Amino acid sequence: MKLGRVTGKVWATAKDPKLNSLTLFVMQPVDEHDTPLGTELIVVDTVGSREGDLVYWVGGAEATFPFNDRQIPSDATIVGLVDRVDIQPDGNA
Amino acid sequence: MELGRVEGNVVSTAKAGRLKGRKLLLVNLVGPDTKPSANHVVAVDAVGAGEGEVVIVVRGSSARQVDDLANVPTDTSIVAIVDSIEYGGKTVFRKGA
Repeated sequence: MKLGRVTGKVWATAKDPKLNSLTLFVMQPVDEHDTPLGTELIVVDTVGSREGDLVYWVGGAEATFPFNDRQIPSDATIVGLVDRVDIQPDGNA
Repeated sequence: MELGRVEGNVVSTAKAGRLKGRKLLLVNLVGPDTKPSANHVVAVDAVGAGEGEVVIVVRGSSARQVDDLANVPTDTSIVAIVDSIEYGGKTVFRKGA
């Protein structure tokens, strides 16, 4: 999983039914120091994220099964909110 | 997923059997500002998207998770037509505006 910062929100009425009732966010992948990494992505939220939140997310095929009962057409899915990241002064987590 | 703007249709007669009857669109990948980029992809349309619309593109094996595309050889599918985008607290895109 990777870290990301929620930067925006996308509304779409016409979409695959499997995405109904799910929130779509714009997210900037970041490193452990909140430095942006690469381009922004559109992600499916599963944990009640809000704009500005630091989150962790899964990419690829794993993004399709955050739920127990179904798979969704997503290649990037937020699966958790970060409360805190502890890093030792020597740089080791 | 990524945002993209539909730039046109890709017309193809000779194609894999399981792609028969599928609409292929040329999509210019864009950021939240929806400004054109140099990156284009060919995507299977799953939502009836049309030229000029901003859409959401799913890549990789996830592109086959649309029920209708389970057995279609695609790694790039359009799964949503964007109505609006809010970015940094401002509405930066609104369909038809």
